[in-house]
Amino acid sequence: MNNLSVLYDTPGPRARRRNVVFTGLFLIVLALVAWWVLQKMADHHQLDAEKWNPFVEDGRVWTEFLLPGLEGTLKAAALSIAIALPLGAALGIGRLSDHAWIRIPVGAVVEFFRAIPVLMLMFFATQAYAEFTDIESDVRPLYAVVTGLVLYNASVIAEIVRAGILSLPRGQTDAAKAIGMRKGQLMTSVLLPQAVTVMLPALVSQLVVIVKDTALGGALLGYEELFFQVRPITANYGANTIATITVVALIYILVNFLLTSFASWLERKMRSRKKGTGAVLSVDQADQLETVGGPSMVTDRQSGHSQGGFSA
Amino acid sequence: MFDFLEGYDLLAAFWTTVQLALYSAIGSLIWGTILAAMRVSPVPVMRVFGTAYVNLMRNTPLTIVLLFTSLGLNQTLEVDLFGGESDAVNFQLAVLGLTAYTATFVCESLRAGINTVPVGQAEAARALGLSFTQVLFLVVLPQAFRAVIAPLANVLIALTKNTTVAAAISVAEAAALMKEMIEMESHAIFLVFAVFAFGFVALTLPTGLLLGWVAKRAAVKR
Repeated sequence: MNNLSVLYDTPGPRARRRNVVFTGLFLIVLALVAWWVLQKMADHHQLDAEKWNPFVEDGRVWTEFLLPGLEGTLKAAALSIAIALPLGAALGIGRLSDHAWIRIPVGAVVEFFRAIPVLMLMFFATQAYAEFTDIESDVRPLYAVVTGLVLYNASVIAEIVRAGILSLPRGQTDAAKAIGMRKGQLMTSVLLPQAVTVMLPALVSQLVVIVKDTALGGALLGYEELFFQVRPITANYGANTIATITVVALIYILVNFLLTSFASWLERKMRSRKKGTGAVLSVDQADQLETVGGPSMVTDRQSGHSQGGFSA
Repeated sequence: MFDFLEGYDLLAAFWTTVQLALYSAIGSLIWGTILAAMRVSPVPVMRVFGTAYVNLMRNTPLTIVLLFTSLGLNQTLEVDLFGGESDAVNFQLAVLGLTAYTATFVCESLRAGINTVPVGQAEAARALGLSFTQVLFLVVLPQAFRAVIAPLANVLIALTKNTTVAAAISVAEAAALMKEMIEMESHAIFLVFAVFAFGFVALTLPTGLLLGWVAKRAAVKR
């Protein structure tokens, strides 16, 4: 039921009138809520121009706080992605291994780190680095954030990779074996290239999760990323908490929106290319990855195993 | 070996975690269903609102959502929900934030569930003369819910893990206690970590297994 308009008939005169009434009622409710919020904000002087002006007029908010913060966010996210992607791919393929002595330990590692909240991994990493290594205390938060994100997200990515490979039609494996390919060739030249297209939506929502989770480091570990800057900004520009949080949230939304748009562009491109070469992609299951699982969630029907990867 | 546990109320911390997860789960199920209904409704304004809410909220870090409830709503605007001691208020704020955030994921799962219902079902219902509300709540949503139990179980598991972020607004749940213990009992950090890891595995694993079993039994056989 992809076209949701099957849920209702093309509106006739009565239905149109009713829709207008509902639209009106909904707008009134929305306006009341907005009025209450604005009233509250005005009462507490959060609407005063001086609270919002710095973001438009004073370049120093950007050059001294927001942009360095954004750089910190992107640095932690990029490092985590660069480490977690290959590690996750390796773990995912390892879990599909024919050898039980690879499959079982890898499975245990993946399941363990997926079950633990990423924040706890970060807390643990901070203290472990302080106790057992001589990493300087000023870079320790970065190390802890990246460690936590890598451990958690590599195991989630491993599951995405595994589900993506399992979602390919069995005939692909059979055909590759029939023409005498070895296991390594089967994986690298037949299964993985196709699975990447299937996995892309889930993989990208996982990248969005990584970007968002860096904020944990700012709030709880003192890593100087974007969200960490809220306190210094409000301290310097007169208790404009709501304005600052709004601006910071908008930057996150923008970054994640760019990430998602890039991915859907890439996906469209890869899909049209696939059609050109005549490669078969099981459309059903590809769609499953996109929709039933929802954002960053993979439902893998074949193994009856499913998982959720959305996090803070 | 486990004598470092003395003096800490582990059970109380995990009980707070469970309560946070339960209240937020109920809240986000309700709010998420309303959002999903809005997103498929014939009224364009509601559709736009639903879409905008989901896309904005989903791309905002949960940390920011929770800290906004605390720093923005509570400390700046002096909203204190149902009131009470500051611990109780923080707890309510955490439930509010978790609900607002998790509802978007419930909404998206439900919408995907609606997609699994065959078009003929809605067409047949319309042919019988049912209105949009009747089609949605009597025919489509009941089937959609049965299809999305497994994805919703994943949302619940993720929510349980996400409750740890409430530590950022000083709710005394498991992650907050772990941070304290790992700093105080630094000779036993691996054991502390193991204890809390075990706690979360014990919370999430049965949820996943139970709801997975329910999902298999409830799925509409087609």
